[in-house]
Formats: sequence, structure tokens, C-alpha cells
Amino acid sequence: MATKKKTDWSKDVFKVLKNADVKQVAYVPDAGHTSLIKMAIADNAIKPVSLTSEQEGVAVLSGAWLGGEAGALLMQSSGVGNVINMLGMANECRFPLLMLVTMRGEWGEFNPWQVPMGQATEAVLEAAGVIVHRVDEPSEIAETVEAAARLAFEGGRMVAVLIGQRVVGFKDWTK
Amino acid sequence: MVVKSTNKYTLQRRKVVHRILEDRGDAAVVTGIGNAVHDVASANDDPKNMYLAGIMGGAAMVAFGVALAQPKRRILVITGDGELLAGIGSLATIGVEQPKNLSIIVIDNQAYGATGNQHTHTGRGVDLVGIAAASGFKKTALITTNAELEAELQHIHNQPGPYFAVVKVMSKTSPRINAPKDGTYVSRRFRAAVTGESA
Amino acid sequence: MTARRKITLDRRKVVSRILKDRGELLLVTGLGAPTWDAASVEDNPNNFYLWGGMGGAVLTGLGLALAQPKRRVLVITGDGEMLMGVGGLATVAVQKPSNLAICIVDNQRYGETGMQETHTAHGVDLAAMAAGAGFQTTSTVYTSAELNTAIPVLYNEPGPVFVDVKITAVDQPMSLPPRDGPTLKHRFRENLLGSI
Repeated sequence: MATKKKTDWSKDVFKVLKNADVKQVAYVPDAGHTSLIKMAIADNAIKPVSLTSEQEGVAVLSGAWLGGEAGALLMQSSGVGNVINMLGMANECRFPLLMLVTMRGEWGEFNPWQVPMGQATEAVLEAAGVIVHRVDEPSEIAETVEAAARLAFEGGRMVAVLIGQRVVGFKDWTK
Repeated sequence: MVVKSTNKYTLQRRKVVHRILEDRGDAAVVTGIGNAVHDVASANDDPKNMYLAGIMGGAAMVAFGVALAQPKRRILVITGDGELLAGIGSLATIGVEQPKNLSIIVIDNQAYGATGNQHTHTGRGVDLVGIAAASGFKKTALITTNAELEAELQHIHNQPGPYFAVVKVMSKTSPRINAPKDGTYVSRRFRAAVTGESA
Repeated sequence: MTARRKITLDRRKVVSRILKDRGELLLVTGLGAPTWDAASVEDNPNNFYLWGGMGGAVLTGLGLALAQPKRRVLVITGDGEMLMGVGGLATVAVQKPSNLAICIVDNQRYGETGMQETHTAHGVDLAAMAAGAGFQTTSTVYTSAELNTAIPVLYNEPGPVFVDVKITAVDQPMSLPPRDGPTLKHRFRENLLGSI
């Protein structure tokens, strides 16, 4: 069932983040990240930061690294549009950056206004210098995030994992 | 419209920043772009300075990330009004979290210094102190005289924060100095200095 | 900062009362619940519903107000959407559009993503943000009586005006207006300008 799958991959991804020693999790809430956000808030060793807009997350995680801590930015694909200029700072300073993006506008999307940014996300991130890993299979999400985290924190790069809308499920607008 | 070279304020930005930094102890400093970089670097090119040289709107949040990672160290933001306005939602994000070791100081010349001194919004009725208070900052100040600055120094450096102050200064720009521009260099130097780690 | 008061107002009733005698009001609604609220009253061609562009509602209202100085323009949006574009309050205040009113239906939640708390649930005061930005007329509404006082302000007071209405965080039935951007644009402009 879609719901069970969703919770399972979130738990596995959370384990990956803990193993990567992630201490700050910045986010603008998205339905696809609900479980992950709850786990971050519940964990005393993690500082959750609720952002008014996603570009704040690029900045706070840059600061986290400057202060010696690893972090992760959780957002929806529409939020990627908000971060582009701030990525220039992470790019120029070569800050490690790990972004987990739940996708809209690509699989059964009901809301046409989500489609432009959903379709542009991958190209826009790559144009901004971010290494992008796509994943559309729930069973592959955790290992993809693990690889991305290594590339970010060991390889010293900006990396985004795009979690396909097929995984997250599309919104049921009849409810 | 361009700001005239003199407004009604008398404080000089460089003297203000140098006075603040005299008492910095082992505090780390994150600067906004433009004038703020030169103000801070001209006091001393301290390894615990992070100069954000190119991109607006991120200084407060970068400092907040450092503050979370370094809870025992005082973190100062020294930035301009234009830069802060570009990331004004940060005040709400930070206000909710109430970091005790963070102080934000806005050097407000009411102009976009790096692009020709056009008016910013603070010269046209926008009150950054009011916005900070509305965002949850309980310690705020508007500083327009040397006496007020002296009185605020202990709040900037020692009292539990988060702290937010606007210092109104003359709109004259001060000379630029050669602060390091290479972000990879400045950031690694900063991280090594504040964490004691080499890589 | 506003003291913690009891929140009892129902969002659908609030929006219904605000729009009851709207006349020729031009309305821009932020994405999510404010759009459903407006649509549940009636699907009026003077409504421009945002289904995305989070953070852009107030500025969309500003552009409309500047283009149509003789018309009253109201933006109804949520707290999360307002926070994402909160710098817009400074942009609006400096322009001083006397025909623009902003009303937040503030349930202190991100309604479309699982009802997570926003910053207004943790002490951030949007009316005070607007005042800091330079709005001369601001208020926070908790009661029916306060709403009655605020409604004429939204319609008549020289703007820009800002009212933050605190509402309960109760899910309401979806009421979906048209979402096709070009359709909304053409309908709105044709009704307002006589041509697309």
C-alpha cells in the first residue's frame, strides 16, 4: 500500500541521515516529507529549522558546515525555484550541501501550476551546479540518499536527490 | 532616486563597526555583502570572519547555522539594510528558534551601497527593529548615537540573545580594502578557526 | 507581540462575511485554503485564484492595485503563504497604494502539506510585521466583534491596510474553483478591461 511504503522509506532515509552525522534539518513542510520532518523534530540530537522560504535553508546549512555540522534540506520541487541564487554562495565557497526534493508536476499531477517548476527542477539544479540523483523506486531511496550524502560530505559537493512523484503519490483532491 | 551623500545621521559606519569588534573576544562574525565586508575586514582580517561577498539575503541564516553548530560561541552578523531586507523572512525563522548566542547588527545607511546608493526601503518608512520585534526578537535596539552604542555593547556581546539592532549611519561610503574574495579560502579558514579541525 | 488569546472563528464564515457586500471588489487569493474559501462563497469573475507561486499573493495584489487605482483590491491569503513573501510587505508599504487591503486567514498551519505549524503558532506576529514595514493601519482579529470592526477597514480605509484574522485549524470541505491559469487570466481581464 502506498502509505506503508512511504513511511518505510522515510525511516530508512532517517537512519542514513543519522549515520551521516546530520545535526541540522532545515525544511519548508511538504506532504512527502511529513514523516521525515516528524522524526527530525523528535530526535534530540537534531536541530530542526522551520524556514519561511527555502533559500533560507541553503544559507543555514552553509552556516552549519562553517560551524562544523552536517545538515540536510528538505523541500518540494516548487521550493527549488526559490533557492537558485543562494546556491551561488554554496557553489562559490564549495560548501557541501544535501537536498532531498519531493517532486510535483510530473506524475499524475492535478495542479497545473505545479508543472512548470516540476518539469524544470532537474535542469535548473544542474544549471546551478548541483549533482542530481533521481529515484522513483521506494526501495532505492535510502541507498540513493546514502550515496548522495557521501558525495556531499566526503566529496564536498552540492547534491540533490529528487524523489519522484510516483513514489510520494499524487494528492487525492476529492478528499 | 539616489540617496544624497549626507543624511541626518552622524555616526560613521567604519568607526561603529570597529568599536563593536573591539570587544568581540572569540566571537565569530558573518558579514553581508559590500560595505559590511570592508568595515569588518578593515578592523582585522580575523580568521573567524566569514565574508559573504556576493549574494544577498543569506547572512542572518548563515550565522544562525553557525550559532546552532557552535552553541558556546557568540556569533555576530554585521550587515546592511538592503542585504537584510532581501532575506527578511529569516527573522521569523530565527525568532521562532530563539538562539541565545546570536546577535544581528544592521548598519543602516538607507542605501544600496554597492550599486550606486539608490534608496532602500528603510529610508522610506520601513522599520527593521519593528519587524524583528514582530518576528519574536525580545532584545532589540535602534542606535543613533555613540552613547547608545556604548550602552548596547554588553547586549551585543554578552547578554543572552537573540539580539537585533539597527545602527543608523551616514550614507557616505567608506574606502574599500582588499579583503580576501575567495570563498573557498575564507570559509575553510573560518571553519578551522571555529572548530579547531583542519579539514 | 500579541498575547495568546482563544481562537474560535471559522474560516468559511469569516470569508463569507468579508465578501458578503463585496460590490466591485477585485480579489486575489493565495494558494490553498484561502482559494477554496473564496470559491465556496461564489466563483466571481473578479476573483483571481493563485494555485501556486507561494509567496506572491500580496505582490500580485500590489500590481493590480497600481494598475487599477480607482478600484478597491483585496488580497486574502494564509499565514504560510504570507511568510514566504513577507518582504513584500516592505515593498507594498513603500508604494503606499491607498486602494489595497490585505487580509490573512491565519490558522497558524501549512494547510496543504499536513497541517504543520507555521511561525505564527510560535510567536511571530504578522500585523506587527506589517506595522514595522510601514503599514499605518493594522490589526489582529480574534472575535466576531473585532471582525465587524475590521471589515469596513478592509473596504474603505485609505490603504494599504493589513488585518490578520486568527481562525481555527479545522479542515474544511474542498471547494475547487477553476485552476487553468490562462482561463482565469482571460476571464478576469475580460471582465475588468473588456478585452483579454
